[in-house]
Amino acid sequence: MSLNPNAPRPKMEARELTLRYGTKAAIQKVSLAILDRRVTALIGPSGCGKSTFLRALNRMNDLIPGANHTGTILLDDMDIHDRSVDVVDLRRRVGMVFQKSNPFPKSIFENVAYGLRVGGMKDKSALEQRVEKSLRGSALWDEVKDRLHESALGLSGGQQQRLCIARAMAVEPQVLLMDEPASALDPIATAKIEELIHELKATYTIAIVTHNMQQAARVSDRTAFFYMGELVECGATEQIFTNPREKRTEDYVTGKFG
Amino acid sequence: MTPNTRRAVGLALTSLTGLAAFIIIAMLGIILFNVVENGAGGVTWTFLSKPPEDGMMGGGIFPAIFGTAALTLLMTVAVMPVGVLTAVYLHEYAPPNSLSARFVRVAVVNLAGVPSIVFGLFGLGFFILFVGQGMDRALGHEEMYWAQPGILWASLTLAVLTLPVVIVSTEEALRAVPMDHRTASLALGATQSQTLGRVVLPGALPGILTGAVLAISRGAGEVAPILFTGAAYFLPDLPTHLNSQFMHLGYHTYVMATQSPDVEATRPLLYSTVLVLLLLTFALNLVAVIIRTRTRRKAAGSH
Ligand SMILES: Nc1ncnc2c1ncn2[C@@H]1O[C@H](COP(=O)(O)OP(=O)(O)OP(=O)(O)O)[C@@H](O)[C@H]1O
Ligand SMILES: [Mg+2]
Repeated sequence: MSLNPNAPRPKMEARELTLRYGTKAAIQKVSLAILDRRVTALIGPSGCGKSTFLRALNRMNDLIPGANHTGTILLDDMDIHDRSVDVVDLRRRVGMVFQKSNPFPKSIFENVAYGLRVGGMKDKSALEQRVEKSLRGSALWDEVKDRLHESALGLSGGQQQRLCIARAMAVEPQVLLMDEPASALDPIATAKIEELIHELKATYTIAIVTHNMQQAARVSDRTAFFYMGELVECGATEQIFTNPREKRTEDYVTGKFG
Repeated sequence: MTPNTRRAVGLALTSLTGLAAFIIIAMLGIILFNVVENGAGGVTWTFLSKPPEDGMMGGGIFPAIFGTAALTLLMTVAVMPVGVLTAVYLHEYAPPNSLSARFVRVAVVNLAGVPSIVFGLFGLGFFILFVGQGMDRALGHEEMYWAQPGILWASLTLAVLTLPVVIVSTEEALRAVPMDHRTASLALGATQSQTLGRVVLPGALPGILTGAVLAISRGAGEVAPILFTGAAYFLPDLPTHLNSQFMHLGYHTYVMATQSPDVEATRPLLYSTVLVLLLLTFALNLVAVIIRTRTRRKAAGSH
């Protein structure tokens, strides 16, 4: 434990987390802290359990039949699997952006307002304010402000993904989980999303899965390297990329395998 | 095979499949042509707006048109909620391959295979004798009120008959709603029922309406299920209560074709009735198809 009072505290923390699909373990005894208002990148070869870990953090794995876990996950010292925790409430606090942008076949406005509406917000001007704020936050406002009531499906891929980020931000979660948010986008759209992540970390705690080493190096403060369901190493991004403790980490980040 | 025989086989297959397609179209054409040729002249305003007269050798068929429309409407009101809810249970709530879901599916498949006359007997036995008598007893009716054939029981019987159609097409429609939309909704903190009401059902609406179209066109033409449950042989008065009997185009056609004292004299009326029945079914279909295209366009469009 650091004695420095300014050192970020863990916003979320997994302790000895093992997750199985049926009997097959996808991640094994992972202990990892996601620090408050920092960007944590999860890297590792395909199938190593990054998405599984991410989905565990807002209990989206609950939706997969047969998925089960041991170990604990804390959000601000609260066990997210505790019986007193309402999973709907948890997901409002821990939002998620998916690899494939998945806007609803509704208008741009209704997409962003969705989380607010299901949360019970009815006041029209409050909704409008929040929608504008979120769209500005995701750097999409200028592109869509004249077509808020047109279908979200008419947006480009990059715009759709930023819309999904705006939609997740609209409910003002404390943690934002992003599973390869830019993997289907061109370099310009990717740069926009990365810029966005930079701005968001002032207010949000972010965990992002990426296959792109440069991206991880660019956007994250801390990097966690997963390999075959285990957490091999986690540390400051710079340290992981320049001076990893583990040979496997070095091989992976330098592109020797994976 | 030499190139020549190969070509011959190809040609033969093409002609054979073409012929099969042609036979279908020809049969439809012949039926339509026959009905229109013999029936179109008789479809006048008087025919559409007057009750039958002269022992069904004159007058019109208004009560039968009204009865068919009212019956079909009631049936739709009854079958849609039950069918949609069942499909929602099967696809959204029941764990996949759960015993209960499998049991319901087997029941649905078997229900779809039951001959329609059996539904008529079922309606008589279950709705009229069991439910109807029970209601009369419970409500203290001295004489039969519910325990007799009426439009409510007939429409409920038809609803049972068309239930599988609605369930199957609704399930199909639910399957077509991308899993991503459900996940996105839940990840935004929506409950399962909010996800259902705001994302899943709106997405499935065009498919659900397709189910309604199929159910209506099936139900509007069925006669056997309503024979013992509410259709009247001859009744110039329109149904006014849920327990009123009613005339029906299909049954009226059957009655005119088989019970008329003078078959020759009735034949023009018969053709016209059949034409009206066909038109009514087409019109109902058309309305539903229009609603469906509208909602589909709307779903793809702004909302
Ligand atoms: N729904 C599921 N049912 C069963 N097994 C699954 C499921 N999802 C993932 N797995 C398995 O769990 C392991 C980890 O998968 P996961 O998707 O977490 O990997 P990943 O690191 O995100 O990979 P990628 O980089 O390809 O996205 C894999 O072996 C995968 O086959
Ligand atoms: Mg993944």
